[in-house]
Amino acid sequence: MTSAGFRVRMIFTAFAALILAVLPLPRWLDVLRPPFLVLTVLYWSVNAPRAGGIALGFFCGLALDVFQGPVLGEHALALVLLSYIGVREHQRIRSKPAVQQSLIVWAALIFYEFVLFAIDGWTGHPVTSPLRWVHTFTGALVWPPAAAILSYSEGRYS
Amino acid sequence: MAAFGTAAGRSLQGRGGSPGFGLTLYAVLAVVIMYLDQRQHYLEQARYVLQAAAYPVQLAVSSPPTAWRWLRESLRTRQTLEATIAQLRAHQRDLEILSMRYEALARENGELRGLREALPPVADRWLPAEIVNVQLSSLRQRLLIDRGASNGVFRGQTVLDDKGLIGQTTHVGPWSAEVILITDPEHAVPVRIERTGLRTIAVGAGDASSLALPYLPSNADIRSGDLLVTSGLGGVFPEGYPVARVTEVHRDAVQPLAQVRAAPLAHVNTDTEVMLVWFRPDHPAAPKSAGAAVDLRAGSAKLQPQSVAPRPQPAQPETAPRAGPAAQPPAAKRPEARPSAAQPTPGEPQPAAAQPPPAAQPPGEQPPPPGQSPPGQSPPGEPPPGDQPPPAAQPQSAPPQPPAQGRP
Repeated sequence: MTSAGFRVRMIFTAFAALILAVLPLPRWLDVLRPPFLVLTVLYWSVNAPRAGGIALGFFCGLALDVFQGPVLGEHALALVLLSYIGVREHQRIRSKPAVQQSLIVWAALIFYEFVLFAIDGWTGHPVTSPLRWVHTFTGALVWPPAAAILSYSEGRYS
Repeated sequence: MAAFGTAAGRSLQGRGGSPGFGLTLYAVLAVVIMYLDQRQHYLEQARYVLQAAAYPVQLAVSSPPTAWRWLRESLRTRQTLEATIAQLRAHQRDLEILSMRYEALARENGELRGLREALPPVADRWLPAEIVNVQLSSLRQRLLIDRGASNGVFRGQTVLDDKGLIGQTTHVGPWSAEVILITDPEHAVPVRIERTGLRTIAVGAGDASSLALPYLPSNADIRSGDLLVTSGLGGVFPEGYPVARVTEVHRDAVQPLAQVRAAPLAHVNTDTEVMLVWFRPDHPAAPKSAGAAVDLRAGSAKLQPQSVAPRPQPAQPETAPRAGPAAQPPAAKRPEARPSAAQPTPGEPQPAAAQPPPAAQPPGEQPPPPGQSPPGQSPPGEPPPGDQPPPAAQPQSAPPQPPAQGRP
């Protein structure tokens, strides 16, 4: 598929994921909510590394900052780093079976959350509750079905 | 989107170089944005625009819950509605009876304080706002409401519900505003224990049902059931609005500080509507920012120490956040003008009221270290209301005596 085709799909799915990410949920569900937008960015940077995954990460992160970030640019930086890892290692990640991909995603999400944690600390909004790490697990669990849905949206080309 | 073009148009075949370039570019951009937002506050305008852009999405996202609520409302049975109406009528009747003597009491109170006439209520006008979106996680306790700059909402505005204080606005967009709740872990409210007048800080604990009072020495006079009201320090909230009720006091002989929990009176997690309040800026109980305090000094011809009563006006000390001793006690605004003595003399009658400020830096306010004697904390300037005596004492008459708390 062309880059343009990818980009349309990327923007569309990212928007859907953003809505899922800011949908109001009851508190116990909110803690468990998988980081949909992060998974989407990771998916596209792994599966369409040439279509500009890092830019996608940046703008998605900025959107997240507007909706829920204490500091503008915080999620943007974390997502840029994450999508860079995705783009760089896309061949290694893509070739793994689903379970191993989930483990890799789990590690990536922990890294992502750690970046947020560090920035929170530096900017004076430290939140040390262990609950903030819960969604890395749910994110890893949700990865195989999420990737399947996204690859369906991709039309299984490439 | 242009950025997408540039990044995608380039061939990334020989990986490494190009993603590295993108990484550097965007990472630096993100860091610069963070720096500008955090340190310089240059991005208020950008935030305003972004908030406007985000608002449609937030509205759309919150529409299913809204629709559900609307559906449930419209499917109510006649009996339920009639019961609700009867209940509201009874409630209104009770309120009317309670407020029947309000006028008379207000005048009487003014006379007792040595004023020629009763002060108008501190709340000037208020505006109901619908809650559009709620974030109640342990990290952030925020609301999004459907009123913004176009309704005159400003940053740092007080938000109440019918039971008590909810929070204040943090980011204001054209049609929406974000409210930080008092239960947000980043939020702290300067409060006063209504029974004793002891002042402290209530910090959000990150869940909708509790506040922590981390800065009370273990011998502080506080007990479960005490009402906390805003103290008016800090320059955001006016004095005297109910905040929370103490639920749990834990004293440990070894610990210098008591562990105190309080439950907010406002229904932080079930409200669908909140109130934005504007306060009369010239009212003595109104919150004054540091900037306003400077204005007070300039325009102080009107701000006179009170001539009649030697006693400090209640409620006043709270206002000027860190105006320090040099500042004209904002409390001093009285109708009767006594030109001369006013300005530079923060020393006399009034001053009792002026003293607290030094102890009243905004966020850190009195974190009474164990060694420091609490008196500094429940200072002489404290509004007479029930100074020390645990049984809420007679307000007007008791001379302020130094609080009796001993040191640890």
